[in-house]
Amino acid sequence: MIARVKKGDYDAFERLVRKYEARIFHHCLKFLNNQDEAEDILQETFLQVYKSLDSFRGEAAFSTWLIKIATNNCLMKIRKKKKVDIVSIDKPIEIDGSQLPREIVDWSKNPFSQVSNDEIRAVLDQAISGLPEDKRVILVLKDVEGFSNIEIAEMLGISVAAVKSRLHRARLYVRDIISKYFDDTLEIIKTGSNR
Amino acid sequence: MNCQDILDRICDYIDKDLDPAICKDIEDHIEDCEPCVAFINTIKKTVDLFKSAGQEPPDIPKPVSSNLMSFLKDKRDE
Repeated sequence: MIARVKKGDYDAFERLVRKYEARIFHHCLKFLNNQDEAEDILQETFLQVYKSLDSFRGEAAFSTWLIKIATNNCLMKIRKKKKVDIVSIDKPIEIDGSQLPREIVDWSKNPFSQVSNDEIRAVLDQAISGLPEDKRVILVLKDVEGFSNIEIAEMLGISVAAVKSRLHRARLYVRDIISKYFDDTLEIIKTGSNR
Repeated sequence: MNCQDILDRICDYIDKDLDPAICKDIEDHIEDCEPCVAFINTIKKTVDLFKSAGQEPPDIPKPVSSNLMSFLKDKRDE
């Protein structure tokens, strides 16, 4: 399909867009937290792909190349906005003494099949949207898109240690948000099913 | 190794990015520490949920898709 697009087959290009548009749109939405901006970047990204497909050498998967273009465009948008983060999770994580709190609930084994995918997705989106941008970007690239720490460091122009540090903070933060939701929801489901 | 040490290394541990000797210390600790086990399990599940979400993105809203196609056609014709 890519070879045909390179030869100027516009129908093939449209099929390529159809194949990846949802993934790229939701990728941008996670980064930007704003549907209009995500739509702008989606359009910009596919226009860039159309214009520069000749530069795609096939050394990486096409989807990886595409995600990198979308990511760069999102990062430029974020840098232009220069918004001040309201939420900060940079303060040290304090644990009482050497023990974690005893009340940690292990919700990981609970029956997720009883929660709809849409509901889970909404909780994940809510958790991501609460992250400061520098950590949100890394969580999306690592845990949603599956890039390695080295690839992320290269993309963002930061050290691997910085990637790992931000990823650590981001994961602890989203775990906390998701825990609050599932502690309540899954308990309600269990109670309801016993009636 | 105590719970704070586990917390500091938890992401490297679940990403299998730790020296085997440190992994062994973590595993020795969590044998007798239910809160750490719960914390590790829920962090792993959190990461798994994000991975699953990435594999199956929801549909794109129809107006966004049709705007995209119109935009690209317009640009091609310019």
